[in-house]
Amino acid sequence: MLKFFSRALASLQQLGLLAAVVWMTTLPAHAAGSVVPASSMPWWFWPLALFVTCFLIGIVAVPAGIGGGTLFVPIIGGFFPFHLDFVRGAGLLVALASALAAGPMLLRGGLASVRLALPLALLACMSSIVGALLGLALPASVIQIALGLIVLGIVALMLAAKKSEFPHVAQPDRLSSALGIHGVFVDGASGRAIDWQVHRTPLGLVVFLLIGVMAGMFGIGAGWANVPALNLLMGVPLKVSAGTSGLVLSLVDSSAAWVYLNRGAVLPMITVPSVVGMMLGARIGARLLHVLKGSVIRKMVITLLLFAGLRALLKGLGVWI
Amino acid sequence: MTSEKLTAAQQLHAQEQRDESQRYAFLLDWSTRLGVLALLLAFASYVFGILPPHVPLDQLPSLWNLPVDSYLQRTATPAGWGWLALAFHGDLSNLVGIGLLAGSSIAPLLGLMLLYAKRKDWVYAVICAVIFAVLLLAASGLLTGGH
Repeated sequence: MLKFFSRALASLQQLGLLAAVVWMTTLPAHAAGSVVPASSMPWWFWPLALFVTCFLIGIVAVPAGIGGGTLFVPIIGGFFPFHLDFVRGAGLLVALASALAAGPMLLRGGLASVRLALPLALLACMSSIVGALLGLALPASVIQIALGLIVLGIVALMLAAKKSEFPHVAQPDRLSSALGIHGVFVDGASGRAIDWQVHRTPLGLVVFLLIGVMAGMFGIGAGWANVPALNLLMGVPLKVSAGTSGLVLSLVDSSAAWVYLNRGAVLPMITVPSVVGMMLGARIGARLLHVLKGSVIRKMVITLLLFAGLRALLKGLGVWI
Repeated sequence: MTSEKLTAAQQLHAQEQRDESQRYAFLLDWSTRLGVLALLLAFASYVFGILPPHVPLDQLPSLWNLPVDSYLQRTATPAGWGWLALAFHGDLSNLVGIGLLAGSSIAPLLGLMLLYAKRKDWVYAVICAVIFAVLLLAASGLLTGGH
């Protein structure tokens, strides 16, 4: 019975993703110029479509291990009639809301380290403001092209990057020792206490400086970059990397979101349906997490990202308008 | 490195980290709940017409495709904190909830700063203070010229 239920849920999930792809390909396409052609649909159609799309994105984002914001900007920017300024503003709020919703649970579960997150977040917060100011100053077509390239880069990273559950750190670096960045977490799967420490902290700080610029410029959150940087570069255990990434995001996206808010680039009619749809979808996605094949969902999301990345690139170049 | 039994120093460090996490989690949780609640109430009052919008709903499809500067000019919407004076309008009242969400980390940062100061962990107290200052600077609108 349980097996049948699991299979049914998995089929439902795959059907959901397929529906998302079909749904998006049927939405009218819009130009990448600084003014996007107005839609002839009634005003309520697009917020409703946005809610449904974000709900579907939320469902697939959790099992695929990717932040909803990463899927949001290329998909909504590519297939909805909103200007990219407002899409990025909403994208940051979507990524922020997801990080804020998960943060307390991750902290209480010992999966996010405050001592590790704070120095990284300090630099990334500052650079995300620079990224947001740059993003709002550059022409929309330039941002679309850069966004397309970044999303295709994320696809490459997802395909190529290996993960290490418990990386071996022989010797912590001096900076991490001085800051007391180390800890113990109890692995829920094995019940073992894992004693972790980090290395290459100065390089990690530089990487997070760049991550902050990208997060602010494109409004896509940065979990896709945070986790490999923490896990593969600094040697943080995978689960602690994922948890700490959320904590860093909650601070980085806050500072960039204020820049968009102050520039007037946060439209409630775009932002609120997106945030609510994504949060509801993510709750269902989290419940389906145990019954779904993560690898299958991951491959489907990579395909979706590849499609959205190519769309953003070609739209920016004026090839696919 | 894995170990079944932790040394006394490791246990102390783990306990300190748990205290930091618990305090941050508690304050973040309640700040976020407050922001989400304000956002939902404001959006409901906007969509159901309880508060009149600054920009009529049926005009949105011809405006949300414009770059932000053109949108602000066409709708006479102020940038920076100017919206606060118009927050009795349904659409702009949502910015209160959005602002609360964007400021959710302020209270946990202050809570941690006090904890670190009490422990005389000045490095981390200063890191918290600088992040707090960066967030305040971003929120002030000074950098975006919309103050």
